[in-house]
Amino acid sequence: MSKLVVTSVSPGTSVQDAGRFGAQRYGLVPSGAVDRLALAAANALVGNELFAATIELGPLNSVLTARGGAVRVALTGATRPADVAGQPMAVNTSVTIADGESLNIGVVRSGTFGYLAIEGGVRGEPMFGSLAVNARAGLGSPYPRPLQSGDELQVAAASSANEKRIDLPAVVEGPIRVVMGPQDDEFDDAKELFLSSEWKISAMSDRMGYRLEGPVIKHLHGHNIVSDGTVNGSIQVPGNGQPIVLMPDRGTTGGYPKIATVISSDLGRFGQTQPGRGFRFKAISMAEAQAEYRATAELLRSLPGRVHDANILMLDIKALQSANVAGVAINAMDATTWQVHAAAQD
Amino acid sequence: MVAALSPPRILPSGDAAITVEFSRTIDAEANRRVLALDRLVASDALTGVTETVPTYRSLLVHYDSLQIGFEALGDKLTELALRPLPEATATRRWRIPVVYGGENGIDLEDVAKTLNITPDEVVARHVGGDYRVAMIGFTPGWSYLSGLPDSMQMSRRQNPRLLTPPGTISIGGIQTGVQCLAGPSGWHLLGRTAVRTYQLHRDPIFLLEPGDAVTFSAVDEKTFAEQDRAAEGGEFVAELMS
Repeated sequence: MSKLVVTSVSPGTSVQDAGRFGAQRYGLVPSGAVDRLALAAANALVGNELFAATIELGPLNSVLTARGGAVRVALTGATRPADVAGQPMAVNTSVTIADGESLNIGVVRSGTFGYLAIEGGVRGEPMFGSLAVNARAGLGSPYPRPLQSGDELQVAAASSANEKRIDLPAVVEGPIRVVMGPQDDEFDDAKELFLSSEWKISAMSDRMGYRLEGPVIKHLHGHNIVSDGTVNGSIQVPGNGQPIVLMPDRGTTGGYPKIATVISSDLGRFGQTQPGRGFRFKAISMAEAQAEYRATAELLRSLPGRVHDANILMLDIKALQSANVAGVAINAMDATTWQVHAAAQD
Repeated sequence: MVAALSPPRILPSGDAAITVEFSRTIDAEANRRVLALDRLVASDALTGVTETVPTYRSLLVHYDSLQIGFEALGDKLTELALRPLPEATATRRWRIPVVYGGENGIDLEDVAKTLNITPDEVVARHVGGDYRVAMIGFTPGWSYLSGLPDSMQMSRRQNPRLLTPPGTISIGGIQTGVQCLAGPSGWHLLGRTAVRTYQLHRDPIFLLEPGDAVTFSAVDEKTFAEQDRAAEGGEFVAELMS
C-alpha cells in the first residue's frame, strides 16, 4: 500500500466524484465534481471507473508526495504547469510518482479546477454511494472537509509506468447555454437584459454558488418566493439583482426566483470560467438542451477509447535522436505527433 | 362532493429536472397535493425519474433525459397530479422535546414582548400546536413545519444571524422549524432540541419524512443535557407516538 501525502495544498481542494444522490428530499445536496468531463477523463487515464473519486484541485499551487511506494496519477481540467521531481508533466496525461518524490502542481493559466485521479482510486467509506466531500454535512471521505497539509490518502501501488494521454475535443468557446425558467415569469424586460449582457464571475464565489457581476436584474414582484427546489446550474436572482449560479454544494431548496438554468452539458465549462473573465448567456430550447446532453453522454462513453500510450512515441523520438537513424520518419502532418511532442516538452 | 383538481404548472428546471408547481404561496392544500404526487411518483416507479424533492407548494422531479424527455414526463406528471387525492393515510407522529428560553432560546423574551404575552404563554402556544413536516430542505435535516398557531405568526428578523446552534427550534412567518446543523437563520430562536433529524452512522440517518406529524413537548435543561448525550450516542430521543 502506498500513500499520497498532501505536502501543501491550494484552497478549494477536496475529494470529489460524481456526487451523492437520493437524499435531496432530506436536504442533502449531491455535491460532486464541478467539471464531470474532466473528472471522467482523469479516471480514464489511470483505468478507473469514470466517476471514481479524485482530488478536485483548487486554482493555486499544490504539492503531493508519494510515500511507501510509487503512485500513478493523471491530471486533467484547468491548464497549468506541473512536474514530478523537476520532470514536466502535461495536463491530460498520466505520470508515476516514485516513492519519496513529489508532484508539483502550479497555478492555473486557464480554468479553475483540476482533477487528479489516482490509479486504483481514493480509499474511503462511501456514504450514499459517494466519497464526495460536503463539508457542511460533515460528509466525504477519507476527510469530510477540504484537504489540508499533512493529510494522507491511502492508495494502491502503481501497477506499471505505462503512461497514457487522452485526446479530448477542444473546449467550445461561446456563450453559456441556458434553459429559461422555472421562474422566468417573475421577470419582464430583465430577461432580455440578462441574455444580452456581459457577465463576470465575482471573486466571492465557491462550490456553493458563483456570484455574477453585471447589470441589475429587476424582479416584477419582489425577490421572495416560497422556497422551491434547486438544481445544479439554477440561476437565482436575489434582492440586489445580481444573479447567483448554484453549484454542486448549493442548498437543495431556495427562496429566490430562478430566471434560468445552465444546461447540463455546459455546467463543467461554466464552472471552469475564471473570476473576472467576461461571458454571456444564451437561451436554447429544451429539445436542443436534451440533444446536447445526449452528445455529452456519448462523449463520456467514448473516453476510454480516447486514451493512448503516451511514452512509446516519446521513447521513439529519443531512440531516433540518439541513434541518428535516417529513413524512419515521424509523420509531420499528423497533429497528434506534435501534441505528444509538445506535451513532452511542456 | 369532490372539487375538480386544477392542473399544476409544469416548469423546466434545466434539462434534467421538472418543477411541478401547485401554488405560489404557502398553502396546506397545495402541500397535500405535493406529498400525494410524491407518493404516486414513488409507487409508480416512473421511468427515468431519479429522485424527488417535495416543498410547500411544488414537487421537484429530477430525471435522466436519456430515458424520458421533458414533454413525456411533464404529461405523465400532470396525469398523476390530477388523480383524486387518496384518503388521508395513517401518519407517523413524533413528539420532539424542546428546552425553551434562556441561552437555548435567546429570542423567547423578544417574541413574548412582540406578541404582548408572557414567555410562558409563548411556550404554551408553541407546545399546543399540531404540526406537519411540509418539507425538508436547504441543509440536511432542516425541517419546515406547517401548523404554527395564527397567534404566533410574525415576520423574520431584520438581520439574519450568521450562525445558530444545531437543534435550534425557531419560528419565522407562518412556519416553525427544526434545524439540525449549525448554520445561518433569520428566524426567531425559541429553544433547542436534542433530537438529531440528521445523524451519520445511525439507521436511519434521517429521522423525519415530509408528511410526518409533529408535536413539541417542553423539557428542562437537565433533561435536555441527558437527552443530548443519549442522542450523541445514536438514540433517537424523539418519541414515536403513532
